[in-house]
Amino acid sequence: MATDEARRPTPFERLYAYLDAPNRRHTVHVIIILLLIVTPFIANQYTTVILTNALLYVVLCLGLNIVVGYAGLLDLGYAAFFAVGAYTIGILTQQFGVNFWLAIPFAIVAAAVAGVVIGAPTLRLRSDYLAIVTLGFGEIVRFTARNLEITGGASGLFAIPEPSLFGWRIDSASDFFYVFAVLAVLAYIASQRLYHSRLGRAWLYVRHDEDAAEAMGIDRVRTKLSAYIIGAIFGAMGGIFFSVNLGAISPESFSFEQSVMILLAVVLGGMGKIPGVILGAFIIVLGPELLRDLDSLRLLVFAVLLLLIMLFRPSGIWPDKRS
Amino acid sequence: MLLQLERITLSFAGNTVLDAVDFGVAEGSIATLIGPNGAGKTSLFNTITGFYRPQQGSIHFDGAPIVKQKPHRVTRMGIARTFQNVRLFREMSVLENVMAGMHCRTRSGAIGAILRLPSQRAEEREILETSEECLRFVGIHDERERLATNLAYGHQRRVEIARALATRPKLLLLDEPAAGLNASEKIALIELIRRIRDERGVSVLLIEHDMSLVMKVSERISVLDHGSMITEGSPHDIQNDPRVIEAYLGQDDEELALS
Amino acid sequence: MSFFDSFFQQLINGLVLGSFYALVALGYTMVFGVIKLLNFAHGDFYMAGAFVGFGALSLVSGALGAGWMGIFVAMLLAMMAIGCLGVVIERIAYHPMLNAPRLSILITALAVSLVLQNAALALTGGQYTAFSTDIGFGGFEVGNLFISHNQIILVATAAVLMIALELGVSRTMYGRAMRAVSIDKDMCRMMGINVAGVIAVTFFIGSSLAAAAGTMAGAYYGSIWYFMGFLIGLKAFTAAVIGGIGSIPGAMLGGLILGLLESFGTNIEFIGSEWKDVFTFAILILVLVFKPTGLLGKSEVERM
Repeated sequence: MATDEARRPTPFERLYAYLDAPNRRHTVHVIIILLLIVTPFIANQYTTVILTNALLYVVLCLGLNIVVGYAGLLDLGYAAFFAVGAYTIGILTQQFGVNFWLAIPFAIVAAAVAGVVIGAPTLRLRSDYLAIVTLGFGEIVRFTARNLEITGGASGLFAIPEPSLFGWRIDSASDFFYVFAVLAVLAYIASQRLYHSRLGRAWLYVRHDEDAAEAMGIDRVRTKLSAYIIGAIFGAMGGIFFSVNLGAISPESFSFEQSVMILLAVVLGGMGKIPGVILGAFIIVLGPELLRDLDSLRLLVFAVLLLLIMLFRPSGIWPDKRS
Repeated sequence: MLLQLERITLSFAGNTVLDAVDFGVAEGSIATLIGPNGAGKTSLFNTITGFYRPQQGSIHFDGAPIVKQKPHRVTRMGIARTFQNVRLFREMSVLENVMAGMHCRTRSGAIGAILRLPSQRAEEREILETSEECLRFVGIHDERERLATNLAYGHQRRVEIARALATRPKLLLLDEPAAGLNASEKIALIELIRRIRDERGVSVLLIEHDMSLVMKVSERISVLDHGSMITEGSPHDIQNDPRVIEAYLGQDDEELALS
Repeated sequence: MSFFDSFFQQLINGLVLGSFYALVALGYTMVFGVIKLLNFAHGDFYMAGAFVGFGALSLVSGALGAGWMGIFVAMLLAMMAIGCLGVVIERIAYHPMLNAPRLSILITALAVSLVLQNAALALTGGQYTAFSTDIGFGGFEVGNLFISHNQIILVATAAVLMIALELGVSRTMYGRAMRAVSIDKDMCRMMGINVAGVIAVTFFIGSSLAAAAGTMAGAYYGSIWYFMGFLIGLKAFTAAVIGGIGSIPGAMLGGLILGLLESFGTNIEFIGSEWKDVFTFAILILVLVFKPTGLLGKSEVERM
């Protein structure tokens, strides 16, 4: 249990408190922005690609964090929204020749609709039901993608055209690094602002005590549904740019394993804590790069890691003080 | 009548908890519901606030039917409540707790928050101001930054009242607000209840076991026993009503101190 | 084949499928009953049961042969082993979490599931393992209809296990204690009921039923792999919800209904068997929308 009475802080807690101080936060922001700008100049192509992937994970993890970390809902099929975003773009641009930027709103709406279809019936019930329904939903989306013609079946879609912006063709590794850097920064700002808003507080109230929240006039189902939909839209945004980055998507990019990895990053970093979640995203993407030899045991290592975190440090490496 | 219940019947798995209860609270009054343990008082609160759905009967508040409305709708219509066993958001600050009350009086959503629209910022200020005002009103403004769980019990009860007031209610339901308070806190509570009615114009209905407090603060008292309303009247009438004394017989705690 | 033959063939297929679902659904529902946890790892108990059953069969087949006699003994051994595994996992992973936020225990359950699955993946290299037996393909022919001995033995075994469970729960002290624990743990402790013991027994029974289903499924279908618990876990959950989660007869009924629905439903031309899993999922959503308490479940009374 958290107390605000004195207890000797650990070195990490002191570091976090140091970084969390409002006046230093600006400095940290500036340093991170500068790092993002110079990275493509100093890193080789391979490193740039890996870091781009890490930034994609930041977007996805911040999205899932709204569902899991803020609203306390377990979503085990988060990759489905990632898939909905990616496939909507793939189908519209590659098969119907729609302009990439015009296709984005469709992808977002598709994700939001999927969120409502899954969330509305299940969020009225015990929140455990959502976990297993989303697990099923994730599989269904992948299964559907594999069996429909329009999604390219098991081999997926390829030759998805690269987008261009005011004549600038976004195609090199460093171009995409910048695109994802901008996305990650936007996701960060949106998360931060939501956290300190009326809606953000409502998620916490409902997570802490549903009955008391209802007695305060908060619509429990609507509040949870909004978290679920916003999470879905973050996921779709990741998918939208993922599809044009790779130029090809296949059902296996959106497996249960993918959902688990995103969840693991959020839990590892610290549910509800934005910098923690970002750190978690980087660890999950860069960790395996450092431990390449593991390969076949990689998933087992991650699974054991998740179990150990839950048993010994359920609030993650950078815990949120409100939860 | 501000609140009017007619023939409310509630049962769980065949057990009748409330049996054709008729009950009303007049606008601007301080009313109390008393009765032995298990009489159905909290169930009546839960029915009024929409947490329980009665099998029969009607409830009108401010002229509008509210029976079978969801709890959050009932709160929005102007009925706020506290809980018998304090239900604060324990790991959040006192101020954040009270801000919960303003949720139903504001409307900005995700887009407003992400874009920091002027309307959203104005609303955030309003939420903060109202919440601080409610905290000042109940006298614990100094503790606004502390975690709710770290407050003394008596102060936690006050946070709950402040949170309920922040919903800008017309009627406030207090479920055993004096439970666990010491003598001086009880006197302060009586004063607070009167101020809620006099200064804010909020009608108050409470459930309470402490008879001396009930006799001092109430203008009307209703007595519930075994799910039925057995009598209703001024504190003086109730004190001398043989049916009330009978209802309490066999209860061997301080509730017998009805003199 | 006439309409009737086809109807009965689907009926039999549905019963076989439903027996597996029911056995696995029972564990879900029993565990949910006592600790209100959706045990995501439950499907993996089924998978682990299949592997242990396979291992046990290769041990006993020398003495007993690899026919149904050997399979029964292997199944009993698998039930013991996986029952114990369930108890150990409950003690290590779930017990410390019982008073933590719901989200924590759910994620822990997911972690347990992933550990079991990936341990099996690491051990088998992700390959299908042939579950070879000597159970043969004999059966009865009734007109155009064919019922194999295996199908009869399988459904009968599942029925015997379920009847034994039902008797155990309705006639013994344990059954009464289990129902009491599901209603109010604190009260049970005050009344001197060994709550931890009841939870352990429940995990043992639930896990061992999944192991029984796993071994039989391995023998019946002839191959096993590390991921086999995933889908059946999802489907057994659906079955438990159809019957009413927390209700033991409900899980049995739900399992049979789901088995039959799948068997008949996917035989309708416009659905097609490749959409079988989507079909199940649609059923789950429909039940949750229209009858979340299931057929035999009780609605939860909100308590303040």
